[in-house]
Amino acid sequence: MAKSIKVRAKVKDGVTVVKALISHAMETGMRKNKKTGKKIPAHFIQEITCSHNGTNVLMADWGTAISKNPYLSFKFSGAKAGDTLKVSWVDNKGESDSAEAKIK
Amino acid sequence: MKKIAVIVSAICMLAAPFASFAANPAQDLKDFKGYFTDRFPDVPLQDFTNGVYAVDKASREQWEAFEEFPPYEIAIDKGEDLFNTPFKNGKTYASCFPNAAKGMTQNYPYFDKNSNEVITVELAINNCRKNNGEKPLKYKKGKIAHLSAYLAYQSRGAKGSVKIVDTPESMQWYEQGKKHFYAKRGQLNMSCADCHYYNAGNKIRADILSPALGHSSHFPVYRNKWAGMGTMHRRYGGCNKQVRAKPFKAQSKEYRALEYFHTYMSNGLVLNGPGVRK
Amino acid sequence: MNNKRRSFMKSSAAAGAFGIAVSAGLITPRAVLAAWPKAAFEAKEVNAAVQGSLGSSAMTDSSDITLKAPEIAENGAVVPITVTSKIPNTESISLLISKNPTPLTAVFKFGSNAEGFVSTRVKMSKTSDVIAVVKSGGKLFSTKLAVKVTIGGCGG
Repeated sequence: MAKSIKVRAKVKDGVTVVKALISHAMETGMRKNKKTGKKIPAHFIQEITCSHNGTNVLMADWGTAISKNPYLSFKFSGAKAGDTLKVSWVDNKGESDSAEAKIK
Repeated sequence: MKKIAVIVSAICMLAAPFASFAANPAQDLKDFKGYFTDRFPDVPLQDFTNGVYAVDKASREQWEAFEEFPPYEIAIDKGEDLFNTPFKNGKTYASCFPNAAKGMTQNYPYFDKNSNEVITVELAINNCRKNNGEKPLKYKKGKIAHLSAYLAYQSRGAKGSVKIVDTPESMQWYEQGKKHFYAKRGQLNMSCADCHYYNAGNKIRADILSPALGHSSHFPVYRNKWAGMGTMHRRYGGCNKQVRAKPFKAQSKEYRALEYFHTYMSNGLVLNGPGVRK
Repeated sequence: MNNKRRSFMKSSAAAGAFGIAVSAGLITPRAVLAAWPKAAFEAKEVNAAVQGSLGSSAMTDSSDITLKAPEIAENGAVVPITVTSKIPNTESISLLISKNPTPLTAVFKFGSNAEGFVSTRVKMSKTSDVIAVVKSGGKLFSTKLAVKVTIGGCGG
């Protein structure tokens, strides 16, 4: 189970609605550490990939203006209950994570 | 000291019909609820637990967008992991809180006769740690807030049931808390009541003041301003700073007394913690 | 790891690797893996950002794009935004915030089965326009909404 991604996917009338909440600092690189006065380095998700049964349904390029602990929701057709949805991210430091969820 | 307190309270009780100095929590609660339902006649009683969002449509829409997948869910998961991770001695928090999964925060804070202390959820968490040989957690954010979020989530749906026992000691805590709520403080010389009672629903600069009725039911809270979870006492400290008053320490007697009064004033309202707020 | 694979595919442009990747179902023809568009994300003006990420800055206003955002954001650090596009064959939806230091916020690229719909939460440093740009059939369509911000979302 991925630690940083929570996914919920529900299918109704052929359309699957996906909601994801990701735990990530999405640090802009503009904030200063109050104690040291130094800038906190940018640390943010740059790429999101969502796939259904192995085929990409959504890809996104993100910048620093996506909020901390980002939320994402999108819709697609062609899936049925029991199928697998996968959400992954890669950030500017090269760190990554992914999670799978069963479509309900 | 105890004898004097008993004598004083005996006199107070005799004087009760004549003086309003004797605390009557049940009546206070009735008056409190009445004041707010009069002030906001279109808000159903149970909706007060949604704070500002019960009284302002525009911000409610944004809040509902957050509730689609609220940021506090991350804290609940972390709290659940912490709750189920054994201490070094092999026991878990369940040994201190057997009712956690069913719901227990509706009974907090409570007055403990043996120690003459008001026990809050956070204090109970650290007492549990102490009794199991673990170091205490800091009281305002981080792990304590995650654990508290998990406990609050498990207690969702229960009705606030704080008990003010009719003993002099318990009443002392209640009265101290009530006094704190209505007392002016800080450079701005404002009380909790100035904003959240007398001016509930009005604006202070760009913020809308939430009604004190229903305040406590959604804690601990994920505040967008903090971009993280915080406990009740973290918020109390922030509020005191906002009126330029020196904040008290988290879990100090002052804040626990305030929490005792404050939470009791939302008795009967359905708990909906943890919450997400501005 | 992903980065290495991407640069390999870029250099062997029309070569087998791309074709293999497509037939393996790893990428759909519309959504091509590309390196993160640094220049576009660092552009300080809306037009430069759109040009950099979408190849052109010629946008046509469209009422077929519904942009939902609060009139007054409670907190500039987390502003909920939802975009729904009724334009057929919506390939991507891009979000820009005109007065942010770097306006380009995100580019959402849709696979063939995905709807032109996305919802997220963004940071706004001050009162400004939120702009949604839809790419379809090589053309760009856009709409915008003014959002007031009382507490800026970028600082500490």
